[in-house]
Amino acid sequence: MGVNIFEFILLALRAAIPAGTPLLYGTLGEVYAERSGVLNLGVEGMMIMGAVSGFAVAHTTGNVWFGILTAALVGGLLALIHAFACITLRVNQVVSGLALTMLGLGISGMMGKRYVGQPLAARLQPIHIPGLSDLPVIGELLFRFDILVYIGILLVPLLWFLLYKTRLGITLRSVGENPAAADALGVNVAFVRYAAVVFGGMMAGVGGAYLSVSYAPAWIEGMTAGAGWIVIALTIFAIWDPRRALLGAYLFGGVRVLQYRLQPLGISPNLLNMLPFLLTILVLWISSGEAARRHIGAPAALMTPYSREER
Amino acid sequence: MMPEDGVVVRMKGIVKRFPGVVANAGVDLEVRRGEVHALLGENGAGKTTLMNILYGIYHPDEGEIWVNGKRVTIRSPQDAIRLGIGMIHQQFRLVQTHTVVENIILGLKEAFFFPDRPARRRILELSEHYGMKIDPEARIWQLSAGEQQRVEILKVLYRGANILILDEPTSMLTPAETHDLLRTLRRMAKQGQTVIFITHKLEEVIEVSDRVTVMRQGKVAATLNTSETNPRQLAQLMVGRDVLFRLEKKPIQPGEVVLDVSGLNVLNDKGLPAVCDLALQVRAGQILGVAGVSGNGQRELVEAIAGLRPVVGGRIAVNGRDVTRLLPRARIESGIGFVPGERWMALVPSMSVAENLILKNYVRSPIGRGIWLDRRAIAVYADALINQFAILTPDRHTPLKKLSGGNIQRALLAREMSEKPSLLIVAQPTSGLDVGATETIWQMLLAERERGTAILLISDDLKEVLSLSDRVAVIFEGQIMGEFLAEQADLEQISLMMAGALRLSDANVVGEAA
Amino acid sequence: MKAPHIRFERRLSSPPGLQVVALIVALLLAMITVGIIFYFLGVNPFVAFQRIFRGGFGSLFGLQETVTKSIPLMLAGVGLTLAFRGRMYNIGAEGQLLMGAVFATGVIRIVPDWPSYLLIPAMFLSGFLGGMVWAFFPAILKARFRVDEVLTSLMLVYVAGELVRFLVYGPWRGTDTRGFPITDEFPLASHIPTLAGTRIHYPTWLLAVLLAVMIYVLLTRTKIGYEIRVTGENPEAARYAGMNYQRVALLVMLISGGLAGLAGTGEVAGIHFRLRPPEAISPGYGFTAIIVAWLARLNPLAAILTSFLLGGLLVGGDAIQIALNLPAATVQIFNGVILLFVIAADLFAQYKIRLEV
Repeated sequence: MGVNIFEFILLALRAAIPAGTPLLYGTLGEVYAERSGVLNLGVEGMMIMGAVSGFAVAHTTGNVWFGILTAALVGGLLALIHAFACITLRVNQVVSGLALTMLGLGISGMMGKRYVGQPLAARLQPIHIPGLSDLPVIGELLFRFDILVYIGILLVPLLWFLLYKTRLGITLRSVGENPAAADALGVNVAFVRYAAVVFGGMMAGVGGAYLSVSYAPAWIEGMTAGAGWIVIALTIFAIWDPRRALLGAYLFGGVRVLQYRLQPLGISPNLLNMLPFLLTILVLWISSGEAARRHIGAPAALMTPYSREER
Repeated sequence: MMPEDGVVVRMKGIVKRFPGVVANAGVDLEVRRGEVHALLGENGAGKTTLMNILYGIYHPDEGEIWVNGKRVTIRSPQDAIRLGIGMIHQQFRLVQTHTVVENIILGLKEAFFFPDRPARRRILELSEHYGMKIDPEARIWQLSAGEQQRVEILKVLYRGANILILDEPTSMLTPAETHDLLRTLRRMAKQGQTVIFITHKLEEVIEVSDRVTVMRQGKVAATLNTSETNPRQLAQLMVGRDVLFRLEKKPIQPGEVVLDVSGLNVLNDKGLPAVCDLALQVRAGQILGVAGVSGNGQRELVEAIAGLRPVVGGRIAVNGRDVTRLLPRARIESGIGFVPGERWMALVPSMSVAENLILKNYVRSPIGRGIWLDRRAIAVYADALINQFAILTPDRHTPLKKLSGGNIQRALLAREMSEKPSLLIVAQPTSGLDVGATETIWQMLLAERERGTAILLISDDLKEVLSLSDRVAVIFEGQIMGEFLAEQADLEQISLMMAGALRLSDANVVGEAA
Repeated sequence: MKAPHIRFERRLSSPPGLQVVALIVALLLAMITVGIIFYFLGVNPFVAFQRIFRGGFGSLFGLQETVTKSIPLMLAGVGLTLAFRGRMYNIGAEGQLLMGAVFATGVIRIVPDWPSYLLIPAMFLSGFLGGMVWAFFPAILKARFRVDEVLTSLMLVYVAGELVRFLVYGPWRGTDTRGFPITDEFPLASHIPTLAGTRIHYPTWLLAVLLAVMIYVLLTRTKIGYEIRVTGENPEAARYAGMNYQRVALLVMLISGGLAGLAGTGEVAGIHFRLRPPEAISPGYGFTAIIVAWLARLNPLAAILTSFLLGGLLVGGDAIQIALNLPAATVQIFNGVILLFVIAADLFAQYKIRLEV
C-alpha cells in the first residue's frame, strides 16, 4: 500500500478523536452515575435529546453555546426523572432507563422534524492553538479540533482526580460500594446518587449536542445511532475509570468511523462493531468473582436501591 | 461540666416497644468516666436495643438520657457522635475496596483535595497511642477481622468519641485477636475513654470490665462491681429463676438412633468455623433440645443437617445411612423434615396456602404425576392438612402472608409433619408467637414425638428447651458443652455452660437409660 | 429541620382489584402525559389519539395490520412472562429475535429445495434454536457465575444486530438485489401462508396463541412451572425445597429466547421473505415485548391481549406518521411513558406511600 503507516495512524486519529468525543462525554458521565450505584440505560435517550435540543437552540438563537447549555440541561432533566424513579421510588433501574431511552427517541423525532435538512449557521469552529496547530503535518491533523474535543480531553484527568483524590470522590465511590456504611457516617446517599445521575445525564446531553452542532453539524433523526448503548458498554469496558474511558471512546469511535476504510483490508466493519459489546460481556464475566471484583473495583451496589428501613 | 460522681452516661426509665415485644421495659443505666462497663445478658435481653437508643438509631418511647450531666435528645447517630458517643457494630460497616484512611475520613469535612494526607498522620498517632497497629494505606478486604475492627474503632476515635460502645466485639475474632482487643480496651479506659461493652460471654466480663450491668428480659437484673462478683452469680442473674412450664409428657422409651452426627465441622457465611467437631445423637420418640445463646453455631448445625450448608468435616447419618454428601432433595427423601428458624426461607408468602403446603411433596404421587401437578390431589391434601392441624385460613387459595404468625407456623409444621419424617429438625418454633399459638405448637411437637419421630429442637428460649425436651445439650461456640436429661437440668450449670464457663467432661455426662 | 421525604410501607397484601385499578389509572395518566407532550410539540393530542385509534383499531385494514404486528410481540412477550416469573430479567429478546431470523434463513441456505411442509417447520425449529443459542450465554453466565443477565443479554442485542448486518452486507447478500443489503428472496415453499389479502401469517399467530396457552399451563399445572414460580418468588425457599436453581434459570431463559427466535422466524418467513438489516426486520419488537409482558402482569394469557394493544399502537403510530407528517419514532413516546407509569403503578399497588414533612 502506498500510504505510509505513520500517516495512516495520524489520519485514523484525526477521524477517531471527533467520532469518539460524544462517546467520551457520555461515558464519563455514566462512569460517575454507576460509581454512585445507579445504572442509567437511558443514555441513548439523553444523548439524542441533547442532540436535538442543542441543535434547535443553536439554530434559533444563532449561538452555539446556548445550544450546548440547553443540551446539558435537557439531558440533566431526563436524568432527574430516572433518579426520581430509581432512587426515590426505587423502581427497577433497567426498566426506567429503557423507558427513558424510548421516550427520548420519540420526543427527539417529533421535536426535530422541522430542523431536518436545516443548515447550522452557528457551529463550533476548530480552534487554533498557537504553536501546536502550526506544526507541520501533525499540527494540521491533530490540533485543528473544536473546543469541545479539548474540553472532553481535559475532563478526563479532572474527573479522574475528583474521583480518586478528593473528598467528593471518596464519598461518591462509597455510596456505590456500601451505601449503608456511608449512611451510617452521615452521608446523604440519595443526594449523592441524584447528583451523580443528573451529572451523567448532562454529560450525555453535551455528548449528543456535539454530534449535532459540531460533528455533523445537522439534525438527523436517530443520529446517535446507538451511541448511548456503546456508552453503556464502554463504561464497563473502562472498568469505571475515566482514564480508560478516554482510550475506549477513541478506540470505538475510531472503529465506528473507520469501519468502511478498513473493509478493503479484509476486516469486516460489522464484526469490529461487535467488539465493544463482546468485550463488555467479558469484563462482566471476569468481574463476577468476588476477588476479581475487588481487584478491578466494580461498584458493588450497582443496581441496588438503598433504603434505611430495609435492614 | 463533669458531674461529681463521674457519671458520663445516665439512662433513666428507658422503654422501647416493638410490634409484639417490649425490648426495654424501664431500664436504668449508669456508666462512669474511664471505666469498662460490661452489658451482659442473653440474646433478646435488650442490650443492643438499649445501646442503639443511646446511639440515636432508635428513639425511646419513654425515659431520659443524660450525657455529661446534661439531659439530651439523641435523634441520629450524628447527634450521638457530636456528644462524643461512638458505636462499633457487630457487623462492620466498611467499604471493602477502599483504604483504611478513606474509610475513616468518609463523611467528614476534611480538606477537599487530598483529604487523606493530613488524616494519615493523625490515624498513625491514634493507633500508636492506643496500641492498635494498622496500615493506613491497606485496603479493607486485605485485612483480617481483627484489623477491620481496629478500623471501626479508629473511625470512632477519629471523630473524637470518648464514650465507645462495642456490640459483641469478640464474636468475629479469633482467640488471639480477642486477647489483643481486650488489652486495647483496658488501655483506652486507662487513658480516660469510657467503654461500654455488650457481651454474653462471662469470662470476658471478668477479664476486662470494671463494672457490669446484667440485663434479663428487657430489664436490669443488677449492676455490680466486677471485682465483687463471680461467674456463678452472673450466670444466675442472666438466666433468672423463672418457673418452668411443666408440660404433660407421656413417658416414651426411646427407640433406635435416628440422627447420628459425629465430628461435624461447618463454616459460617464468613468462612469461619461455626461448628467444631460436634457430635450428637437423637433417638426415635425423643426430643433433643439444643440450648445456647444464639450465634453459637445452631443455625449452621441445622442447615448442615438439612443439606443447605456444606460440611467441611465429619459425618451425618440418618437411620444408619450416611447423608453427609447428599443434596437437599435427597435429604428430604431420606426422611428429614426441617422447620428453619427463619420461617420465610421455607415459605413463599405471596403464594397460596395450598401451594405452600405442597412445597416438599409436589414431586411425588399423588401430588406430582409425571410432569403434572394433580390439582384435585392438591385440594384434597391441602384441605386435609388445614383440617387436621386446624390452620385458620379462609380457604386453601388464600395467600399465605395473610395468615397470622401462629397459623403460618402451624402450616409450616403441618407440612413437615405430614411427610412422616423420621427426623424433624425444628428451630425457634415459637419465636414471635403469642402464648396461645406457642401452646399449640408445643402440643404439635409432643404429638409428633409420640408418633416416634426423632426431634432435634433448637431454641434461644431456654424455658422452651427445658419444657419440651427429653434430653438437653448445651452448645457454645459450635461445641457441645454438656448433655443431660431434661428433668435433671440444673439452671445454674446450664447458664455457665451457655456462657462457655463450664464444660462437663465425658464422665460427668448423665447416662441414658436406653 | 428535616427535608420532606417519601416513605414506603409494604402493604401486607396487594389485592388483585387494586392492581387492576392501579394499572388502569397508570394507563390513563400515561395517555394524559403523552397528550401533554404532544401538545407542547405542536400536535393536537385529540386529533393524534383519534388517528392512532382509527389507524390501529378503527378499520378492517388497521385491525389486520394490528394482528400482524401483534404476532412477534406476542411470541416474544409470552416468553418474557416466563423468564420474568422465574426472576430472570432477560431484556435481550430483540437480539434473540434477530438470531431466530438468522437461523431460519440458514435453513433456506442449506435445504432450499425442501417442500413447504418440511421447510416451514424446519425454519421454525431452527429459529427457536437460534433464539435459544442467543439466550444461552446470558443464562449460563448467570446460572454458573452469577453474572448479571440484564447487561449481558442487552449487550448481545447489538452483537446480533451486527451479525445480521455482516451477513446481509457480506456472505449472504443476494445476487439480484441491486445493491441493497438483503438476501435473495426465499423460495415460495418457505413462505408462511397468509390470510387472503392480508399480511397476517396466521400459522405463526396460531402458534403464538398455542404457546401462550402452553406456557400458561406450564406455569400453573406442571411441576416445573411450580418450581419456576417458587424460584421467582423466593429463591431461598426453592433451595430449601431441593429445587435446582440452575435448571430453572436455564430453562426459562432458553424458552424465552426460543420464543423470541420464533418471532424472528415469523418476520423473515411471513413478512419479508428475506433476511434484511436488523432495523428492517424489527422496529424494536423485542423491547416492546418487555412492555407487553409487564402490562400483562406476567400472565402469558393476558399477553395475548396486551400484544394486540401494543401492536395496535405500532400501527396507529404508522398512521399518524403519514397523516400528521410525524417521524416514525413518535410511537416510542407512548412506549416510554406507558412503561414508566406501569412500573410506578406496581409500586403503588405494593406500597403505601406517604410524604413526610
